[in-house]
Amino acid sequence: MDEKTLKIALWLVPLLPVGGFILNLFFGRFMHKLASSALACATVGGSAVIAWLTFFHVKADGPIQTDAIQWFYTGDGKQALTFVVDHLLRVDQLTCVMMLIVTNVAFLIHLFSVGYMAEEKRYSRYFSYLNLFTGFMLMLVMSGNLLGMFIGWEGVGLCSYLLIGFWFEKVENASAGMKAFIVNRIGDLAFTVGLLMLFCYIGTLPGGAWTVDLKELAGIFAKQGSVMDVGIITTIGILMFLGATGKSAQIPLYVWLPDAMAGPTPVSALIHAATMVTAGVYMVARMNFLYSMSPGALTVVALVGGATALFAGTIGVAQNDIKKVLAYSTVSQLGFMFIGVGVGAYSAGISHLMTHAFFKACLFLGAGSVIMGMHHQQDIRKMGGLRKYMPITFVTFAIASIAIAGIPPFAGFWSKDEILWKAWSTKNLLIPGQIIWLMGAIAAAFTAFYMTRLVVKTFYGELRTPIGGGHDALAGAHGHDDAHGHDAHDAHDGGGHDDHAAPAEHHGLEHPPKESPWTMTLPLVVLAILSVVGGSICTPHWIRGDFEHWLHDVCPDAAVKHHEPGKHEMSAAGLQGHGPAAPGKPEEHHGPAAMEIILMVFSTGVAIGAIAFAWIVYRKKEGAPAEKFVSEHRELYELVRDKYRVDELYENTVIAFQLGANEACARFDNAVIDGAVNGAGEAGASTSLYTGYFDNEVVDGGVNAVAKAAQAAGRGTRSIQTGNIRTYIAASVIGGLFVIAFFCLWMMWVTQQGGK
Amino acid sequence: MNVADFSFTRHPLENMLVLSAIIFCAGLYTVMTRKNAVSILMGVELILNAANINFVAFSQYLPSAGIHGGVFSVFVILLAAAEAAVALAIIIGIYQNFGRADVDVADLMKE
Repeated sequence: MDEKTLKIALWLVPLLPVGGFILNLFFGRFMHKLASSALACATVGGSAVIAWLTFFHVKADGPIQTDAIQWFYTGDGKQALTFVVDHLLRVDQLTCVMMLIVTNVAFLIHLFSVGYMAEEKRYSRYFSYLNLFTGFMLMLVMSGNLLGMFIGWEGVGLCSYLLIGFWFEKVENASAGMKAFIVNRIGDLAFTVGLLMLFCYIGTLPGGAWTVDLKELAGIFAKQGSVMDVGIITTIGILMFLGATGKSAQIPLYVWLPDAMAGPTPVSALIHAATMVTAGVYMVARMNFLYSMSPGALTVVALVGGATALFAGTIGVAQNDIKKVLAYSTVSQLGFMFIGVGVGAYSAGISHLMTHAFFKACLFLGAGSVIMGMHHQQDIRKMGGLRKYMPITFVTFAIASIAIAGIPPFAGFWSKDEILWKAWSTKNLLIPGQIIWLMGAIAAAFTAFYMTRLVVKTFYGELRTPIGGGHDALAGAHGHDDAHGHDAHDAHDGGGHDDHAAPAEHHGLEHPPKESPWTMTLPLVVLAILSVVGGSICTPHWIRGDFEHWLHDVCPDAAVKHHEPGKHEMSAAGLQGHGPAAPGKPEEHHGPAAMEIILMVFSTGVAIGAIAFAWIVYRKKEGAPAEKFVSEHRELYELVRDKYRVDELYENTVIAFQLGANEACARFDNAVIDGAVNGAGEAGASTSLYTGYFDNEVVDGGVNAVAKAAQAAGRGTRSIQTGNIRTYIAASVIGGLFVIAFFCLWMMWVTQQGGK
Repeated sequence: MNVADFSFTRHPLENMLVLSAIIFCAGLYTVMTRKNAVSILMGVELILNAANINFVAFSQYLPSAGIHGGVFSVFVILLAAAEAAVALAIIIGIYQNFGRADVDVADLMKE
């Protein structure tokens, strides 16, 4: 495909699944189930095809990007403060790897879901959400600027919420969805602050520019790197990494991932194993130009990754739900990835991301197959002997387990070992890399142990749940006790899966477990094959692997040179531990360092030893030593089984604080604000009371006084009317006298006048 | 006939007027001070008669006045008679209502 067409076709990669989302959302209910799922798989499949074509192009000709579509800008183009953000898809080698992983694994999981969710009522809604998630994830990895990436970042968080809480009729599932979204958001806050800080810092740097475009940022860092303030860069790096801890489930924000197992198993496979949780790792690798400048930030990333790997690994040993084991395993493996990018070995971290996607998706889908076969039983204490009933699932699951344990030449070994070697030999951190190596090595041992425990308990031995006739033994208290197999599962489907199965609820199986249909086993087989051979490209360069070399231009390993204390000169070129290299030039390989070989042998030995140990304990001795250990160290076991009570810690501190603040604000609102409003009302009321008094007393008083005066005058005047005739006579006589007097006087005056 | 033929013309006019005034004042005093309604009526008659004397005196003593004074006094007598009739009727009414012909009892118009 020529470049011009490919540039346009690139837009289809994220937009096809989004189109599938819209179609399934609005028209899904009119479609037959087959049409709905076929549409969803077709859109993702189309994206996968274009992704492969892009890969071939990038392999041959280098990175490709679409033409930019202007999104928004400030300024008018003439002033200095012009800031332009475009919609832009840029595919370089790193993005290519991520695209291939996302589209292909998503396609396989869509296919798996056809079989797994076959009895679901809201079938098309499920597929629409899966498509939307794929679209957002592709937007995340393909976007050429940080804002587009952030849209994808938030979008996958949203889809995670929608899909975890898919069976929201059960309140635990809805709560798990909310927990995932809220914890993610806390991380996103840190991410946003870091992003804004970066933007402002780069914008105000002399020689910098106001931009969020990734390529421009990388260029600015390359040019201006030596004059940048390392403290600010470290802060930005740590803040953005905090966002990654939320998305990728590291300490302290990993708590949502185990609860997220309340969602359907394909969702766990896609989102919480293969793609969304890897967004954080991708982000750190993408921002390698920033992290390579700051040993402080790298140390934080590596330490958190190592601690998480170890911490989650220990929890995984004590879990009895098949999905919970895999969830903690995911957290632990993500810790490994962060160890990889945290010591500056970005390509190693990405290679582990890729191999992890293969075997973890295979494990989760295998778990889904097992759960289906066991009729929605998830407790491994109730399983056993399934290798007789579900051979394909068993074989693929076992292969993936060996891969995750890190046995050569399976995929997990190469990537994990590369990370551990880079951790041992790194000079980029503020602490010796061997500490990180030790954390990773112990975590790897735990990984091998609990995976073997899981495999043995699930597939070996005898089936610990009785088959058939179970509901005679039960008191029949449950409404879903009926002989129709799949109707019961509808009720279960609507109700969602618990992570624990109370013994009284699940009686025996109606019929023995059987292998899943081809739509479910085909993805398992494909992923298992990938788990075996997928590591071949990330073998070290002296075994012809060229993964690191291929990614070299985009995310070269960090080489932090320490010159004087307190001032680090940064260089984003060159590799540590191998011969001198300049970007773009193939390295001179002079074979592996001796330590590398020693570490490889050591970790293989540890893995084999752990597998053997678990095999003996659980297979040969039927778990008796484990039981003994548990009964002797009861409190320790319970602490680990209860995930170190971290959720309870959060609940009692952060959440309690939050609720207390809510309470205080509510009281403030009621007392002060409502008090003020009510007070104003009362003031108005009492004012009107006083004006009422005034009106009544003063104004009416005046009016009344006038009336009273008139009355008084009348009373006074009325006293003339005595009714006595003699008074009237006297009055008239006197009046007459006055008239006569007046007349006489007038006459006198007239005559006097006349006399003049 | 002329004024010299009448004996009363030996008295000047002023004497007649004084007589009339005395009778007027007596009548006025009677009106003002008597309790009995009929007595007041008698006083009113006195007043009217005094006025009559005045009219006639002027008519006689001033020939240029003609006989108009005498005519007018005939009117006055007539009116006095009518008015006395009416007044007596009222007094009878008062007596029937109040039991006494006393002006002090008819004070129902007082406020």
